[in-house]
Amino acid sequence: MDNRTISSEPKVGLKIFYITTMFFITLSGFAQLPIFRRYYLADVPGLGWLDQFYVTHYIHYLSAVALLGIVFYKASEYLLFFRKTHRITASGFARVTFISGLILTGVFMALKNFPGYWFSKNTIIVLDMAHIALTVFYLFAAMLAVFSGKKWIEKL
Amino acid sequence: MGTNISRRQFLKTGAVAAAGLAAAGVPKVHATESEVDRQLATLIDISKCIGCEACVDACKEINEAKFPKPRKPFPKMYPSRVKAEDWSEQKDVRDRLTPYNWLFIQHAAVSIDGNEKEITIPRRCMHCVNPPCVKLCPWGAAVQKKNGISVIDQEICLGGAKCRNVCPWKIPQRQTGSGLYLDILPSLAGNGIMNKCDRCYNLIAEGRMPVCIESCPQDVQTIGHRKEIIRQAHELADSMKGYIYGETENGGTNTIYVSPVPFEELNEAIVKSEGMPSLEPIKDKMSEANNLATAFLIAPVAGFVAAIGKYYRMMKKGSQ
Repeated sequence: MDNRTISSEPKVGLKIFYITTMFFITLSGFAQLPIFRRYYLADVPGLGWLDQFYVTHYIHYLSAVALLGIVFYKASEYLLFFRKTHRITASGFARVTFISGLILTGVFMALKNFPGYWFSKNTIIVLDMAHIALTVFYLFAAMLAVFSGKKWIEKL
Repeated sequence: MGTNISRRQFLKTGAVAAAGLAAAGVPKVHATESEVDRQLATLIDISKCIGCEACVDACKEINEAKFPKPRKPFPKMYPSRVKAEDWSEQKDVRDRLTPYNWLFIQHAAVSIDGNEKEITIPRRCMHCVNPPCVKLCPWGAAVQKKNGISVIDQEICLGGAKCRNVCPWKIPQRQTGSGLYLDILPSLAGNGIMNKCDRCYNLIAEGRMPVCIESCPQDVQTIGHRKEIIRQAHELADSMKGYIYGETENGGTNTIYVSPVPFEELNEAIVKSEGMPSLEPIKDKMSEANNLATAFLIAPVAGFVAAIGKYYRMMKKGSQ
């Protein structure tokens, strides 16, 4: 059984994939606000797509698909490999909470975009605001984790 | 850092994870057809329209109270590329859509059976079945009512004009100097309120007709549930050997035009500019992302399967 061991550290490739996904999902998410043309960001060569709302919408969805895959992969991996030997850190717990909230609000917002789905004005506003707030909270927690060197999980 | 795992643990955690996935459920991603069928739609028989503009007058009159009342002078906006859009001194403009003119008559000189004829077409918001202006508004200021009417809430609209940008017909029109942005960061964010036809939703809620329908001396428009209106539109088109516009455009709208002249010809003949929408075929703008959204259901399963595969490989490696 000795060779049946696995590192709790994610592989470099997966880490890069995750960071890239988070970068594009955040950028395309903020691009849903009509600000990037106003504040010249979309004028930067190569960033013209940032004020193409259907393009950023599509990229946001594409990134969300990648994020869902990573999240479920890592959650399943934790349950399969590390549940009894590791615990989720406070930093990890905060990030899991924010990402779960983002997924939950995101799923409802995606559902709203299908024809025939009716959401009240207040529901839409709450979903929009919660989605933005959770993004800001997640980014803050992620930055704290990077600077303090906190991992998602740690050995018991 | 490493950890040991057993077959028992594998089966147990695998079962828990699978149960979790199953319990999460799969949200229904397609509304039942009847929900869309029940939306309110209008049939516009172009052959009946004489361009008298009674509908334009009635629209202007009934919506007077809803029109923006900007505060002047407008706050200076930054950066300098942000321009004010002011129609408050041109309220009488009626040959295009403006914040003060939500319906106008478009003219097209065409030939029918060799005879030159001027066709007049009432134009306003198409009230899409799946309106991008509503679905992509980042702030919830544009809403679709249960009966399918899309409305911009002027109390909370910030005037970013994303709704106009994503509208295939560029219908919503901006008026600077009005709305919530004045109370937040008037110089740095927002630029007024967006305005468009709300199909007299408040009158409909009282059991009345939209005024453009009520005021028309020619009975150009008919209103009803979408399914019935589509049926009538096809019946009418068959009877006049005519053409239909709006049934499938942008995935379907609730404004169905029937014309004795092909819409390609009408589209060529009308003046198309800002506030003067085209009659060109429009593909479903929301469909690409919505099709991709089905992958939201596949991605979690793929992630779970990948983890199981990794575990299986570990087990296999350990048993050798």
